[in-house]
Amino acid sequence: MRPQIPFRVAAATLLVAGAGSAFAQGAPLKVGLMLPYTGTFAAIGTTIENGFKLYVQEQGGKLGGREIQYFKVDDESDPSKATDNVNKLIKRDNVDVLVGSVHSGVALAMAKAAKDNNTLLVIPNAGADAITGPMCGANIVRSSFSNWQPGYAMGVVAASKGVKRAMTITWNYAAGNESIKGFTEGFEKGGGKVVKDLNLPFPNVEFQALLTEIAAQKPDAVYAFFAGGGAVKFVKDYAAAGLNKSIPLYGPGFLTDGTLEAQGASAQNMLTTLHYADDLNTPKNNAFRKAYALAYKSQPDVYAVQGYDAAQILGAGLKAVNGDIAKRDQMSAAMRKVTVDSPRGKFTISPAGNPVQDIYLREVKGNNNEFRSVAVKGLSDPARGCKL
Amino acid sequence: MDLATFLVQCLNAVQYGLLLFLVASGLTLIFGIMGVINLAHGSFYMLGAYMAFALSPLFGDWFFARLAVGIVLAVVFGYLLEWAFFSFLYERDHLQQVLMTYALILVFEEARSLLVGNDVHGVPAPAWLSGSFRLGELMSYPWYRVFSSVACIVVAIGLYAVVNRTRLGMMIRAGASNRDMVRGLGVDIRLLYRIVFAGGVALAALAGMIAAPLSSVYPGMGGSVLIICFVVVVIGGIGSITGALIASLLVGIVDTFGKVFFAEWSGVGVYLLMAIVLIWRPEGLMKRGH
Repeated sequence: MRPQIPFRVAAATLLVAGAGSAFAQGAPLKVGLMLPYTGTFAAIGTTIENGFKLYVQEQGGKLGGREIQYFKVDDESDPSKATDNVNKLIKRDNVDVLVGSVHSGVALAMAKAAKDNNTLLVIPNAGADAITGPMCGANIVRSSFSNWQPGYAMGVVAASKGVKRAMTITWNYAAGNESIKGFTEGFEKGGGKVVKDLNLPFPNVEFQALLTEIAAQKPDAVYAFFAGGGAVKFVKDYAAAGLNKSIPLYGPGFLTDGTLEAQGASAQNMLTTLHYADDLNTPKNNAFRKAYALAYKSQPDVYAVQGYDAAQILGAGLKAVNGDIAKRDQMSAAMRKVTVDSPRGKFTISPAGNPVQDIYLREVKGNNNEFRSVAVKGLSDPARGCKL
Repeated sequence: MDLATFLVQCLNAVQYGLLLFLVASGLTLIFGIMGVINLAHGSFYMLGAYMAFALSPLFGDWFFARLAVGIVLAVVFGYLLEWAFFSFLYERDHLQQVLMTYALILVFEEARSLLVGNDVHGVPAPAWLSGSFRLGELMSYPWYRVFSSVACIVVAIGLYAVVNRTRLGMMIRAGASNRDMVRGLGVDIRLLYRIVFAGGVALAALAGMIAAPLSSVYPGMGGSVLIICFVVVVIGGIGSITGALIASLLVGIVDTFGKVFFAEWSGVGVYLLMAIVLIWRPEGLMKRGH
């Protein structure tokens, strides 16, 4: 029997605990970036990180008075690895906040892990409706959009242009199907009718069979959802098949964002809807674009804006609790009350955690998506299935 | 579906199938004759596409010069790669082959990322092929697609001639069916393998170069091609060029019409085809080396 040992253990524990909390005050805030750094969406991952870091730099490298320490994991846009990857950040690196990701399937796995571990999650891109729908959580906020939003706005625009019969085409996966649903809702509310939905497995890019099908059905317009290499190929194939001369091609902005150099002439004059346009002539956007171009020697795009705003939302939350991440509930609540002064224009966060924002109609001119008009003002995702 | 649309869809199916054949033929050579499971084959396709992207500003409209230079580079690259890596794999088991060739995929992707970046890039078709002709009421068909099919047919005929009509082809076929006997007859099997491997790489790179103006170049483009190529090789019978051709066309037809008629199930169509063929003929449509 050596009774002093429990005492020593207790003393040591107290010491460590005391040192720990003292450490936490001055210690950097651990931000886990889970983004695609390889694969189809690699460029997007880098741009988001750049945008995020730009805002942090503008605040002198601190958010809510805390230095930021980054932990990075490449999620490869692979949902089957997502749970393992997010656990590396949560369990191994003990991050305070998760930021990610681009692919919706990966982000859904992150949302689940964030809920299970009660970790804060800011989503800088993935638009899956479910994240701010059935999967919504008090500790989850999105700085980007829901797939439904740009789709719905394009539906409204198409109907107002007098389009009666439309066809849709996408990859058969969550993001595509949700975007199509949004379009169909906006379009049919305006009196149009979607005559046929075409789809192909992700990430298949053999479109020729489906283009032939479109030519055979002769709709008034086509609404397409693709991104990255698929978007480039679809728009080029559509133009090469001569369909753009008789059947206008509409889509959410992802169809023509960051892809125009590769799409070249085939994308000219296309109309798309998105929560951002490069040439928004506002002081905020001009300043943002200048700062980004200076810092990274390249032009920012919508993904950079979303990364930037993710940092803004996180910063607002941290400020409300003076950098004390332990007050997580207070912080989550503050992150929902913020009005974000974004390069895209001011927006607020819905109770479900999704931006309530203007959706713009843009037209492709040269290598730019030029602002034309506000397609729908202050559009809020219906957040179906969210019980918050 | 009216007759005109049906015919256009058949054209689409054949065109897709032929391009698949071009990539898969290289894989079936390497897989069937050398017995190496080469997961990096998709990377050679990507390499070709990026070569087309890199070489096109240098050669402009000298399209065939661009192809020729690309093929020479691919052969040299394949030859060196075989010497440095693959020649150590023949006696090893499949797991080690898979591990090393998978590692090569990662290396190639990272090298691409460092050299070219992660953006999507378009590759221009030569001006004399950039037009299109009308097909049906609304649609037009780009001449470049026709050209790509013709190029694939030419390569298929060339490959058939080499394998069935030349001394080298005879050694290749012999090597595929019994490598020890070939060695016993005094053929330098190491050199033969090196040539076959370089040829396989060149075929995949050529496919990438031809496909580049149609598909653009983007990160991870090799991955999707790789899987479908393994399907083609397995359906066709490992090591069989004729089998690969038939299988490619079958896959093209199933994929094209699957998308039109069974949109929700189009992802499984090709794999269903593979399952059915394997139940019917476990060795694939054609036997090894025929």
